[in-house]
Amino acid sequence: MAGNKGRGRAAYTFNIEAVGFSRGEKLPDVVLKPPPLFPDTDYKPVPLRTGEGEDYMLALKQELRETMKRMPYFMETPEEKQDIERYSKRYMKVYKEEWVPDWRRLPREMMPTKKCKKAGHKSKKAKVTGQGTSLTNPADVLKKIEELEKRGDGEKSDEENEEKEGSKEKSKEGDDDEEDDAAEQEEYDEEEQEEENDYINSYFEDGDDFGADSDDNMDEATY
Amino acid sequence: MTQAEIKLCSLLLQEHFGEIVEKIGVHLIRTGSQPLRVIAHDTGTSLDQVKKALCVLIQHNLVIYQVHKRGVVEYEAQCSRVLHMLRYPRYIYTAKTLYSDTGELIVEELLLNGKMTMSAVVKKVADRLTETMEDGKTMDYAEVSNTFVRLADTHFVQRCPFVPATENSDPGPPPPAPTLVINEKDMYLVPKLSLIGKGKRRRSSDEDATGEPKAKRPKHIADNKEPIPDDGIYWQANLDRFHQHFRDQGIVSAVANRMDQIFRSLPVGYNISKQVLDQYLTLLADDPLEFVGKSGDSGGGMYVINLHKALGSLATATLESVVQERFGSRCARIFRLVLQKKHLEQKQVEDFAMIPAKEAKDMLYKMLSENFISLQEIPKTPDHAPSRTFYLYTVNILSAARMLLHRCYKSIANLIERRQFETKENKRLLEKSQRVEAIIASMQATGAEEAQLQEIEEMITAPERQQLETLKRNVNKLDASEIQVDETIFLLESYIESTMKRQ
Repeated sequence: MAGNKGRGRAAYTFNIEAVGFSRGEKLPDVVLKPPPLFPDTDYKPVPLRTGEGEDYMLALKQELRETMKRMPYFMETPEEKQDIERYSKRYMKVYKEEWVPDWRRLPREMMPTKKCKKAGHKSKKAKVTGQGTSLTNPADVLKKIEELEKRGDGEKSDEENEEKEGSKEKSKEGDDDEEDDAAEQEEYDEEEQEEENDYINSYFEDGDDFGADSDDNMDEATY
Repeated sequence: MTQAEIKLCSLLLQEHFGEIVEKIGVHLIRTGSQPLRVIAHDTGTSLDQVKKALCVLIQHNLVIYQVHKRGVVEYEAQCSRVLHMLRYPRYIYTAKTLYSDTGELIVEELLLNGKMTMSAVVKKVADRLTETMEDGKTMDYAEVSNTFVRLADTHFVQRCPFVPATENSDPGPPPPAPTLVINEKDMYLVPKLSLIGKGKRRRSSDEDATGEPKAKRPKHIADNKEPIPDDGIYWQANLDRFHQHFRDQGIVSAVANRMDQIFRSLPVGYNISKQVLDQYLTLLADDPLEFVGKSGDSGGGMYVINLHKALGSLATATLESVVQERFGSRCARIFRLVLQKKHLEQKQVEDFAMIPAKEAKDMLYKMLSENFISLQEIPKTPDHAPSRTFYLYTVNILSAARMLLHRCYKSIANLIERRQFETKENKRLLEKSQRVEAIIASMQATGAEEAQLQEIEEMITAPERQQLETLKRNVNKLDASEIQVDETIFLLESYIESTMKRQ
């Protein structure tokens, strides 16, 4: 039934002559592979324009490319450690100017969490007290103290900060993220300490607590 | 966003900002608006790196942020703005032609840094210009300021939206992100600064030709201590204004070409009197290009430049030119014919173009397969039977322009990839030649003998030199091609935008 093609012969539904083939059966072969990657072209491309303007723009383009690589906005990927630590590599590092964005124009969550543990504690405390006005609930304070009890050093402050930055998020999500962040930041802190920082370490709002608290308080969190 | 555009954005971001920023940027372009944590999670990048990358992208106006309900901040990429990075050389060169070197450097600094305060720009540009001047001469801040003001007046630079000064009476927690505002009338308002000073030359001890920089430099604390008079007022380059200029340039040059043809058939007169001007305008109005239209006779005849038609003509000319170069002049003839007559049957094409049937069919199908031409079906009977349907060839300029634009994006992506490949292939040789140059430069500085310099130069063998020459030639060609393809992109984008606005 379906195989019957009009008395056993193929018949086109349109006028084959219109397409350009005569009624004979000399249809070209079916192409079974993709077209070649670099097909031959009959016509060569038009030569490029030359002139003062074009030459200047070309030079500009190449210069810009080089300049961009040296700007502080270009984020280098940390290269993997090579087998032999080349002495010359240390001295061929290109000096890059630091860039500090204008924090007033950016969302608060953009500010980096502190890297160095010691300096970190002080700055985090300052930050914590600075932003403390947003969490004046006694419930939250209790939560803080509970967490101080459970968890170890350093990480607590990270979590608190992360919590505050996403303060309007549900606490469940917050908890899950905290654990990830704690792990992340722990590893991260160690790596970062070895590298040069892109952000000025001394940037933070000087709370009244700067320097007043010693680190010993944080270590002896035994309640 | 098409795959081709995303690929091109990826290449551009990677060349300008590195792989981390590229990863974040491309992710945002693909997925749309997202909050910080989701970005970090989806891209598998650490939170800190995502923050840095976003700061860079926001600084360069490539990403914007918005505060949604419940205090979640979402980040969105501006894909078209990323693609404009292709055009940076053209913006800078235009500034040079209009406002000379000072203007050029101002625009360059703004493009390289995204946004800057006026005082920072003036200082930086004055320093750079001083470097190029003869010993003992310096560039005055006032001159740079003047050029800056002129750029602002002609709208080539504009103010960025800023943080409004909030009154302290507003209680409650600070918002998660500031809302930036800008008023139309403030956009080009230059702050009243009295920038007094001159550019400074960099001390030669700072430059190290031998490549032995001190591992750690003292941070520029001194600069930060001075109070900035226009703190918080940032400026950026106004790319739309540049685009307007390019468009006008394009139209003027097209008309100039046209005028040339007409001019040659007219008697040459050195003083263009009013009557001759009138004649010219009439000629232009009657010209089939329809750039200029006569709208009424008030004041002796009002002439209007029809921008949309002008852009349409330019786009069409581009299409014709592409067909000619790719398929040959006979194909181009057929193309122009179909363009002119709007709809043509197969037989009619053969007759009007005076090309034998078989060849005409071949050419039409070639163009059809590449989507320069499309088929319009007009059924004679309700059952749409193919043997009883008219098939008319037609050129849909908008869709052909879109197709060509897409090809242009692909072309540029290919050009960039090839250039990167060529550079990578010869990386070892390039590094060697750079080292040799550095050694020669330092030896010249310390006063070395001719013989020693010769010896060092011979470190690069003749075939290696040849290789370097070839590399340089190829890279130049690829770069120049990128610039020229971008011109076509601009034309097609302008036409498509203009058409979409009218719908």
